[in-house]
Amino acid sequence: MGRIVLNKVRKSFGEVEVIPPLDLEIEDGEFVVFVGPSGCGKSTLLRLIAGLEDVSSGAIEIDGVNATSKRPSERGLAMVFQSYALYPHMSVKKNIAFPMKMAGMPVAEQEERIAAAAKALNLTDYLHRKPGQLSGGQRQRVAIGRAIVREPQAFLFDEPLSNLDAALRVNMRLEISELHQTLKTTMVYVTHDQVEAMTMADKIVVLRAGHIEQVGSPLELYRNPRNKFVAGFIGSPKMNFIEGERAASRGAHTIGIRPEHIDLSVDPVEGAIVGKIGVSEHLGSDTFAHVHCEGIGLMNVRVSGEADIHAGDTVYLQPQEHNLHRFGEDGLAITL
Amino acid sequence: MARAITNRRKTINTAVAWAIGIAIFFPILWIFILSFKTEGNAIATPLKMFFSGWTLESYGLVMERSNYFRFFMNSVILAVGSTLLGLIIAVPAAWSMAFVPSKHTKNILMWMLSTKMLPPVGVLVPLVLLFNKLGLTDTHFGLVVVLTLINLPIIVWMLYTYFKEIPGEILEAARMDGAGLKEEVLYVLTPMAIPGMASTVLLNIILAWNEAFWTLNLTTTAAAPLTQFIASYSSPEGLFYAKLSAASIMAIAPILIMGWFSQKQLVRGLTFGAVK
Repeated sequence: MGRIVLNKVRKSFGEVEVIPPLDLEIEDGEFVVFVGPSGCGKSTLLRLIAGLEDVSSGAIEIDGVNATSKRPSERGLAMVFQSYALYPHMSVKKNIAFPMKMAGMPVAEQEERIAAAAKALNLTDYLHRKPGQLSGGQRQRVAIGRAIVREPQAFLFDEPLSNLDAALRVNMRLEISELHQTLKTTMVYVTHDQVEAMTMADKIVVLRAGHIEQVGSPLELYRNPRNKFVAGFIGSPKMNFIEGERAASRGAHTIGIRPEHIDLSVDPVEGAIVGKIGVSEHLGSDTFAHVHCEGIGLMNVRVSGEADIHAGDTVYLQPQEHNLHRFGEDGLAITL
Repeated sequence: MARAITNRRKTINTAVAWAIGIAIFFPILWIFILSFKTEGNAIATPLKMFFSGWTLESYGLVMERSNYFRFFMNSVILAVGSTLLGLIIAVPAAWSMAFVPSKHTKNILMWMLSTKMLPPVGVLVPLVLLFNKLGLTDTHFGLVVVLTLINLPIIVWMLYTYFKEIPGEILEAARMDGAGLKEEVLYVLTPMAIPGMASTVLLNIILAWNEAFWTLNLTTTAAAPLTQFIASYSSPEGLFYAKLSAASIMAIAPILIMGWFSQKQLVRGLTFGAVK
């Protein structure tokens, strides 16, 4: 069981309030991702849950028990760090065994769990190597192995994939998702990468300056962002924002339209936004066109990879009305 | 463009480097040569670097006259004892300064270092009086304490520097893995700091071995280390150069040999952290 409840949790370093009072509930077995730009307090929030930082006020409950003043080791949580944080002087096996050794588990059981974890994480052949002799991906798997053998109430991941190259990151993302499906243990995952958040999360918590901007499933956030910040942060490429007359005519201060919700035509269309393609990025499956539009500025448009468009072409853009997002002057979404 | 070094310049640089090296090493070489001369040859003019009739006579006489082994053992006890005691105090001190620093950590470190700027003779009288009152004069315990205190700032500074290099996340991982403070220091911090600790230990043993001011002033016989052994061959009996040289070589040989075998570790330890 791993239900985590944050109750008016606040954290300040001296005069600086990093996290203003914040409430959050993480259900048992959920995969929750904290996402936000750097400096938004997501890592601090994770460290507060882990007990590596003390809360300035408020309470943290783990499985109905107040854990606010418990030491990290007493909270039943396991953490995977960005730098892997493996013990460099210990072999892979000893690294994985360390938390069990600290818990005083019988050696036979330790061996059993190490073997199981090594098998699940493809580490069996590397058990006697030192971390320095492993690749980045293998190191990260050792760190995960060290976390799972404890059978914790919840896993905490602090940007675990940031140090890996792009291809490996995609693989590890899948492995962690699969791990979650097998173990069904609560996972709290911190990242600044919204793609990781979208692909892995059951529930995304978008943070900005210590505030929770919105909590919801990936598609909820994608379809119904609560404000301009979430709208701009979730989705790749980013949502386009248009202010002025076009927004006003739709009863909004700003309208937002995602690149995939714009119809692009090379033939003139009445009432369409006229623009000139600056850069077009051909990914094969899709093409991202960066279109300079008069009076609006740069618009990102996603078109099919087959579309025959090139830099310098004049194009006509038509936002799909039913996919428009409307925001008021305060940045909040206007619901009809 | 790489700087062009002409052959002539290279030759001059090499010659200058050798000259400086020889000038620094020469006194030790000279003592070494003298120790194999007879007392008469040692003061014969002109001084000769190359001579016939090398002899072990001085070594024999020194061994006969003094109990070298006792002095040697005293040096070992003082050097090793003060180093161990120093580590016991310095490891927790450096740990807390490196991992839970306060506003005053930097000041405390500077203050500790500043004690090394005081000339030792400034506290000679109070210390001698204290030692006499407490009956510590010429005891191993008293000398170990004094040598520890003298070298403690250096041990703390060195360990502090090594500990600072250890990523905090690894210690946090240990805490998450259920390690208490004791386990954290024992299983994670210490093994990772061993290269640094080894250099600290080596350097400290060398410093304590060579320390002359306090060992000469606070010991007479029972706890007298090799520094007293050398001193006993100087002025009181007139200068017997050959015997004095033989005694000096015997006193520095152990530490030179140790330094020779551990120089890799020493250099690595002392430059640790300088280059990332």
